Amino acid sequence: MMADRVKALALPVSLLLIFEIWARSVHLHSDSLAPPSAIVVALWSALADGAILTATRDTLLSAFAGLFLGGSIGLALGILLGLLQPVDRLMEVTIEAIRPIPSIALLPIALIALGFGYRMEIAIVGFACVWPVLILTRAAVREVEPRLMEVSHALRLSPADRVRKIVVPAALPRIFVAFRLAAGIALIVAVTVEIAINPIGLGAAIMAAQQGLQADLMLAYLFWIGLIGFGLNAGLNLMQARLFGRAALVRDDA
Amino acid sequence: MTRSAVYWRIASFLVAAGFVGLWQLIANLKLISQVYLPGPDRAWAALVRGFTSGDLASKLLGTLEHMVYGWFLASVAGIALGAVIGSSRAARSYIAPSLEFLRPLPVSAIIPVAIAMFGLTQAMALFVISFGAIWPMLLATVHGFAAVEPRLYEVARSLQMSRLAVIFKIALPSAAPDILAGMRLSLTVALILSVVCEILAGLDGLGHSVLLSARAFRSADLFAGVILLGVIGYLTSLMMSYAESRLLGYRRGIR
Repeated sequence: MMADRVKALALPVSLLLIFEIWARSVHLHSDSLAPPSAIVVALWSALADGAILTATRDTLLSAFAGLFLGGSIGLALGILLGLLQPVDRLMEVTIEAIRPIPSIALLPIALIALGFGYRMEIAIVGFACVWPVLILTRAAVREVEPRLMEVSHALRLSPADRVRKIVVPAALPRIFVAFRLAAGIALIVAVTVEIAINPIGLGAAIMAAQQGLQADLMLAYLFWIGLIGFGLNAGLNLMQARLFGRAALVRDDA
Repeated sequence: MTRSAVYWRIASFLVAAGFVGLWQLIANLKLISQVYLPGPDRAWAALVRGFTSGDLASKLLGTLEHMVYGWFLASVAGIALGAVIGSSRAARSYIAPSLEFLRPLPVSAIIPVAIAMFGLTQAMALFVISFGAIWPMLLATVHGFAAVEPRLYEVARSLQMSRLAVIFKIALPSAAPDILAGMRLSLTVALILSVVCEILAGLDGLGHSVLLSARAFRSADLFAGVILLGVIGYLTSLMMSYAESRLLGYRRGIR
């Protein structure tokens, strides 16, 4: 497996080296590019003065608050629609009419209703997170082993107990997959909203670096945002494997 | 569709109409200020007015242009690159891990870099949209090529097919479901990035026009623009479903 690791690293490392040498040999002065060594220095100083950490906290706070809000709504609706087929069929047109609205199109509405800041960003992230959770939860609840449902009828569980003790535990691995996908979407939407208009978080910080013509800082933020995205994805994948193992191996199509 | 399915569909439309009625009621009773929430009547009037004056149509065309150009460029480049990487085992083992690392990157973070390179121009929008839209197709193509039934490659070898023939006759058709799924995902990404680029660079399109409406508190025009964006999202995904069912219809018999 060592050979695989080496092969995986060969391309990025050699690209960075070539770029470093090229940038140094032509004494690069650019608003859009900087040698990797300068990017590392910029990243280090931004970490040292805490600017990047504050921005990361703002972005992740908005992303997770939106994920929590939208995910809860999606989860509740998904369970409801998954259990009650008639309601699902009645709501079909309404849901299919709202779902394709690109989340970012709601930005101007959220802007005039909520103003700049956390609330507007959380609202947009929340809207984006409702749909994957709703669709996957609905599918998971529908496919709960029918015999489990028969058991719950035989035990005369109340509807609330049926959801709490039978449906949610049985569908939990796939609900986790839904939340994992939604978490990725939440981060993307949060950063996008910040880049487009909202003056907080990592997105605003990278835009400020660009407008200040600090290419090294801008690329340092880009690298950091990539690292956050990669870390979030890897962490959630690991959690899923630990918590559910093979039970969560389902197709990830939302 | 059976008779009962038709009834259900009609009932479902009635429920949706009920929600629109509720929206109208809320707007009429002024439960939420008209500044934020125009009734559906005013949003509809703004839509009709926008289209009769030709204003909205040109904005719509602008957004569609950004989206489709970027998406088309990304499709061609993504599938070609994916085919090159995917058809060689060596290239896969060297390049695929880097691609996997880049995949969870929120693609909009590339926008500042693109602005630094191209300025606030159409070229910037084209670069951002195609960069964002390329990933689903690139990864789907690489994955699809890697997952081709090995016996098909053996058949190709015994028929002494050239490398190009193998790609076009065996690998691409067998990877087609993955690629089409990637193309569908890319369309959504392209639409979102078009709107963001229009907002940032002030390019002619719906994204810019809804932002201007919001700034001027013309909420009816704002809602008309958002509804149109929803319609674009809905119709493009419908078109992709149709293309998928047409192109992959023959597979249903096999699997």
